[in-house]
Amino acid sequence: MSDVATPQGPALTAKDFATDQEVRWCPGCGDYSILKQVQTILPQTGIPREDIVIISGIGCSSRFPYYMNTYGMHSIHGRATAIASGLKATRPELSVWIVTGDGDALSIGGNHTIHLLRRNFNVNILLFNNQIYGLTKGQYSPTSEINKVTKSTPMGSLDHPFNPLALAMGADATFIARSMDRDPKHLQQMLLRSHGHHGASFLEIYQNCNIFNDGAFEIFTEKATKPEEAIFLEQGKPLIYGANKDKGVKLDGYKPTLVNLNDGHSADDLWIHDEADFFKAQILTRMFDNPSAPGHFPRPFGVFYAADRPTYEDEMQLQIEEIIATKGKGKLDALLEGKETWVIE
Amino acid sequence: MPTFVPYFNIMSVPTQVVEDVVIKFAGDSGDGMQLTGSQFTNNTALIGNDLSTFPDFPAEIRAPQGTLPGVSGYQLHFSSQRIFTPGDTCDVLVAMNAAALKVNLKGLKQGGIIIANTDGFDNKNLRLANYPEGVNPLEDGSLQGYELHKIDVTKLTREALKDIQLGTKEKDRAKNMFVLGFLYWLYNRDMTSTFSFLHDKFGKQPDILDSNIKALQAGYNYGDTVEAFASRYKVSKAKLPAGKYRNITGNTALTYGLIAASEMANLPIFLGTYPITPASDILHELARHKNFGIRTYQAEDEIAGITAAIGAAYGGSLGITTTSGPGMALKTEALGLAMMLEIPLLVVNIQRGGPSTGLPTKTEQSDLLQAYYGRNGESPLPVISASSPSDCFFAAYEAVRIAVQHMTPVILLSDGYIANGAEPWLYPQTSDLKPIEVIFKKALSEDEPKFMPYLRDEKLVRPWAVPGTPGLEHRIGGLEKEDITGNVSYDPDNHERMVKIRQAKVDMIANYIPQQTLDSGPEKGDVLVLGWGSTYGAIKSAVATLQSQGKSVAHAHLRHMRPFPSNLGDILHNYKKVLIPELNNGQLIKIIRDKYLVDAIGYNKIKGVPLTRSELVSAISEMLA
Ligand code: SF4
Repeated sequence: MSDVATPQGPALTAKDFATDQEVRWCPGCGDYSILKQVQTILPQTGIPREDIVIISGIGCSSRFPYYMNTYGMHSIHGRATAIASGLKATRPELSVWIVTGDGDALSIGGNHTIHLLRRNFNVNILLFNNQIYGLTKGQYSPTSEINKVTKSTPMGSLDHPFNPLALAMGADATFIARSMDRDPKHLQQMLLRSHGHHGASFLEIYQNCNIFNDGAFEIFTEKATKPEEAIFLEQGKPLIYGANKDKGVKLDGYKPTLVNLNDGHSADDLWIHDEADFFKAQILTRMFDNPSAPGHFPRPFGVFYAADRPTYEDEMQLQIEEIIATKGKGKLDALLEGKETWVIE
Repeated sequence: MPTFVPYFNIMSVPTQVVEDVVIKFAGDSGDGMQLTGSQFTNNTALIGNDLSTFPDFPAEIRAPQGTLPGVSGYQLHFSSQRIFTPGDTCDVLVAMNAAALKVNLKGLKQGGIIIANTDGFDNKNLRLANYPEGVNPLEDGSLQGYELHKIDVTKLTREALKDIQLGTKEKDRAKNMFVLGFLYWLYNRDMTSTFSFLHDKFGKQPDILDSNIKALQAGYNYGDTVEAFASRYKVSKAKLPAGKYRNITGNTALTYGLIAASEMANLPIFLGTYPITPASDILHELARHKNFGIRTYQAEDEIAGITAAIGAAYGGSLGITTTSGPGMALKTEALGLAMMLEIPLLVVNIQRGGPSTGLPTKTEQSDLLQAYYGRNGESPLPVISASSPSDCFFAAYEAVRIAVQHMTPVILLSDGYIANGAEPWLYPQTSDLKPIEVIFKKALSEDEPKFMPYLRDEKLVRPWAVPGTPGLEHRIGGLEKEDITGNVSYDPDNHERMVKIRQAKVDMIANYIPQQTLDSGPEKGDVLVLGWGSTYGAIKSAVATLQSQGKSVAHAHLRHMRPFPSNLGDILHNYKKVLIPELNNGQLIKIIRDKYLVDAIGYNKIKGVPLTRSELVSAISEMLA
């Protein structure tokens, strides 16, 4: 199913989605690119501006709604997902986007994130992952690598980080994807795919915080290393990567292995990506090695998993329609009267 | 449905008409006393008595069997006169076991009737109830001052059910029906209401239905057969105002108030909530009425409950969240957001004993200061309170009206006592209800080049513009906003102005609510008793007693806790003394003293149980002395 609406009136452009508010992110912040790509793809979706709602929590990324000429709410820390759930439950026809960060969605708001995913509201979650707390000036986040030295962890952080996509998978999300701020074309594709999915879309976007965690993802995003370190998933295509497109991932039973196509392996032997495969998607999310470890896997980008499951709001609406069909619309006077009454003369 | 014909149709025992009866049903929390009590209550309602109930049960679903903390009680007061409390002391105590007797004996009148289930007084039960070794109160003459009736309910129930193919454990579950049948006999009742209840409940389990009905009939017949009572009793219809009545509990009335407001405001309900005692019944009841277009959402936690409701309200629904004290604490940040967003939201707090987890199943009025001040920053919100089970309907209706007409979250305070308590209700018709006018902003007017989300009307209320409305796209949030435009602003003068505006907006609601009236008593006099919430019945009864003795005492009861009705100050100054009874350590009194500089005196009880008439009579009398 797709949510693409039929366009009405004159076609909108990216400019129509910008506001008169001065954008206040630090110069060079990855958020600028994400804002631009969202403003670019929204006209393509054909949804009227008034039907789009962007809800955010707290954090650098959560300033996002102020810069979008749609309906928007900059709410409180961690709760954008819960607010969006209530909105979507009552207004299924709206296009609801949640803009959140690693602290907002996975730390203070972790509970709402997983529950939204299992309920499968038809909303788009854009998780700006910069592996740091930017707005509070540089503490480690639940996605920061272990041993991270920050203001709050001068001797290095102790906690094992979340793997956001594996977490989403564990919460039975129906759409899971990863992209990056530095690849506008890919990001636009992933945004459109998220929008097109009927159900909760969980899109993790690697976003550079050039002030407090500069270069956290550069190994995946910069020209010199990207081809060897990032692998781009495409439906029905083998998992191939490398500057010369000569490396691939093969599946031995449930175990992924790296192979070199120059060593007698052919593309036909490789793992063919299938977004609908629930089990393989879990293996993909676990290709999450430290890129400095020897023999590590490249990091996958693209749509890991996409499945159809009824959305919460559709089921909720159906329940109401069914009960009205069998019992008739509720009548207030009958309700107040109840079953047993008596008369005092 | 079988019509019940007693085995002995000749009324061998005479019937005595009495004016007023208080029965306490008490037993182990597994004995089904709440069900027995509520069945007897419904039956009582149908014969037209006035009534008031007080269910009192342990926090644990199955507290340790036979122990004192495991006792579950249901007190029912019914009368041919108007009554307003469940009664200070009981005329009849039904004790299903030794612990139930021990816990409740002090509440029984001298000479009162005890109906004791002897099976619950075996050695084990006596020991669990902490009676000394070898002491059985049923046998040692210690109950001489009472009219004691010993019945082996277990044995008689098993006997009555001997032809039914059920295990002993299942059969014993019908014990409470035997007791109920016996009381129906004692009070000359027609049992039809309970027959239909049992048919509805157990229609699909014929054996269980059969055992319950047989036990009920056996209890009734037992009364006829044993002639243990010299008399049966009858309470005549009460002289209530004329009209059609039904029986109602507070939480049900509150739910109906929400549905009525939703219908009359033409706004669909969205309830975002998380189960918590004693508020969950509102969720249960609303979930039964989805054919009113109601959406109930059992969220992952208290915070998600309120924030989902905020999302729904933002989208144009009637957003509601329900909770009790600890849940209220969790919701406070989101409540602050809703106040900043200035969107309508109803937050219902069915108060219970606090602090922390406190006394989950006991009643208290200790969240008033939380409702007033329990948020960061300057964040005034309107507060409404309900004063009796049926009043929960009107309180809910008024709370919704204020929320949607003044674009603000409203806190509605009820408590465990009236939430679970029942009373007859002269219920309204739709035509009696004043429609609630709601205005959505639909488009820009001609002189408006750009939508200004914080441009206010004469009530200082901003427009409700919901997503989906073309041309009104705008952003709102928890950051301080610039006056009128709603853009983020850190300007010092703007912040101070906005704080004052938000306060003035709530204060101004006083112009749109009724003036405070006296519930009873002279307009000027010696003592004014000022109450709020569930203390209504006790205060009303106590004040009536003193007035009948010619004392100069008046009673005013607040519905609007914030802002107060604009004439409240004048009323307070018309009396030599002001007494404020509360089920807390003195909360309303702080606010009243602060706002009106009145030297009010508190009467405070913090025991998890309601006020009694007699203690209030003493407290007021002391002030008159
Ligand atoms: S602190 Fe980091 S994430 Fe925040 S705006 Fe600046 S660069 Fe971007």
